[in-house]
Amino acid sequence: MAGLELLSDQGYRLDGRKATELRKVQARMGVFAQADGSAYLEQGNTKALAVVYGPHEMRGSRSRTLHDRAVINCQYSMATFSTAERKRRPHGDRKSTEMSLHLKQTFEAAVMTQLYPRSQIDIYVKILQSDGGNYSVCVNAATLAVIDAGIPMRDYVCACTVGFVDETPLADLCYAEESGGVSSLALALLPRGGQIALLQMDARLHQDHLETLIEAAMTACKGVSKVLDQVVRQHLEEVSMLTGE
Amino acid sequence: MKETPLSNCERDFLLKAIEEKKRLDGRQTYDYRKIKIKFGTDYGCCFVDLGLTRVMAQVSGELVAPKESRPNEGIMFFNIELSPMAAPTFEQGRQSELSVKLNRQLERCLRNSKCIDTESLCVVSGEKVWQIRVDVHMLNHDGNLMDAASIAAITALCHFRRPDVSIQGDEVTVYSPEERDPIPLSIYHMPISVSFSFFQQGTYLLVDPCEREERVMDGLLMIAMNKHREICSIQSSGGIMLLKEQVMRCSKIASVKVSEITELVVKALENDKKARKAGEKCGFAESLPQERITALKVGKTPVEVMDVTEQANDIVQKAESCSLTVHTRVPSPLVPVPGVGQVGQGQQTTWGLEEEEEEEEEEEEVDEEEESDNSSEQDKKVTKMEEEDSRGDVVEISDSEEEEVVILHPETADKALKNTGSSFHQKGAAPSKQKRKK
Repeated sequence: MAGLELLSDQGYRLDGRKATELRKVQARMGVFAQADGSAYLEQGNTKALAVVYGPHEMRGSRSRTLHDRAVINCQYSMATFSTAERKRRPHGDRKSTEMSLHLKQTFEAAVMTQLYPRSQIDIYVKILQSDGGNYSVCVNAATLAVIDAGIPMRDYVCACTVGFVDETPLADLCYAEESGGVSSLALALLPRGGQIALLQMDARLHQDHLETLIEAAMTACKGVSKVLDQVVRQHLEEVSMLTGE
Repeated sequence: MKETPLSNCERDFLLKAIEEKKRLDGRQTYDYRKIKIKFGTDYGCCFVDLGLTRVMAQVSGELVAPKESRPNEGIMFFNIELSPMAAPTFEQGRQSELSVKLNRQLERCLRNSKCIDTESLCVVSGEKVWQIRVDVHMLNHDGNLMDAASIAAITALCHFRRPDVSIQGDEVTVYSPEERDPIPLSIYHMPISVSFSFFQQGTYLLVDPCEREERVMDGLLMIAMNKHREICSIQSSGGIMLLKEQVMRCSKIASVKVSEITELVVKALENDKKARKAGEKCGFAESLPQERITALKVGKTPVEVMDVTEQANDIVQKAESCSLTVHTRVPSPLVPVPGVGQVGQGQQTTWGLEEEEEEEEEEEEVDEEEESDNSSEQDKKVTKMEEEDSRGDVVEISDSEEEEVVILHPETADKALKNTGSSFHQKGAAPSKQKRKK
């Protein structure tokens, strides 16, 4: 992918954004009636749907029950039409199993699981269209869905990917940037305490740059959290209007 | 089989020990266990011992058609096998969470960091490329599988030689090792993973957790780096919340550890190369001690004796005062009537007496340690030449059977982290002990 200029001399990226600019985030909560909580989130061209069931009694193998907290069960899948090349298996391959694991881990850190001992919370996330930052979009969508389900969390979990090009951190990578061989870092943050729920980085990066990159990711996550907060507040207003309170 | 849960007592004990900055095997917080690297008779076979954790990596290559998207690049394939041999909880043939996690982490560590030149593996563009397969088998699980696997995989890749190939027109000839010398892979750098475990919501941090510690930990942070201080991958796992400062600290520790381990790996490879050139015996079977029936030799870790003397003195004093009272109260122990069982009635306790004896034993041990410390201090005074000698001891190559065994003493770890005085002190102590054994 040489020759692809990820950051122009004027400081603009492939899609015309500035280095620290996020893609447009649009979200709706409560999109399904059957589920306890649901949300739809678009971040640029990446679109995800998240659904939460629970907390409910343990289903399936009861042996996984935890006596002091709830089990979080995550499933990540990608629609067959989500990528340019049609996907054969929507879920179950190594990458999506890993993604499910990461989502689970993120929400185990954020959800107050100790309030629901011996129960289970299911989080299902589906990518409808993939244009980079799948993990972060999933986390953001799932956060809204968990809030919609009324499950207490320590804070919003906001995630963002950050890349590093020409000594400059780029926030919220799109697919072209992600596949362009940039070292990218995905970070899930609980913005209020500045706690990192998940940190993942691929590709090479010198140690000295790590701090700037994490710093940039944290700022980006805080930006996302503001948007999410707005969405939640707006949703609550709408709901309270409808119920006439 | 489901993992047997740890009892509350054990869990509390482990956590308490960690709080007091003590570890079961006497290591310091940032110490690695002993790392041993051995090679098999074939190229590309490597055994790594990390304390009691033992893994084997085997690299193999075959000619295949390339992927359509990358017609002139070789294919790398990584697989970690968690066989029930390593631990009863591992099941054969099932993709468990752990195995997915390890596999992906190894892939990320070695493939995404582009440490191997895949273009050099191309034979005929779009038709034939080398597929290099790295199989890592877990043989014994005593914690920190990831680090052991990453060391084994990269060492095996460095050790591997692929057959030479020539192309004449459309014909591709693969030469056997007798005809032409096999060719090593071109490796740009060596990423090595370092694991950090966190306890009590991230308050305490340990490097290279053993199995017990892994079971009580809250979360894990794996950082893969190479010796140029480039981070190749970071992955946090387990439901912990990290702070940025912690991540930065870990990355600093990791860079020190990685440079040490890389040095060790390079040394091990060199030793093996020399041995092969000289036509000496090499291979796994040769490296096993002959007279032993079991293959798993337990290496002894020196136990930390920082404050044992004072503690022992304390206990001895207490025991003495206690035993005095015991002596005054019980001039002679009661002899029960033969055939009468008596439990806890009227009998004066004799525990105080026994305890005293134990203490004495402990004291003796302490004396020994002090002696060795003294001798280490003497070592310190000797000229610089000898200092370098003791440094050379880091790589231990015994004369006969264990040709390619390289041992990293945990004491040599983190020169930068501990104050130099104490680390030197310990470093001196280890060889002096070995001398005694001999």
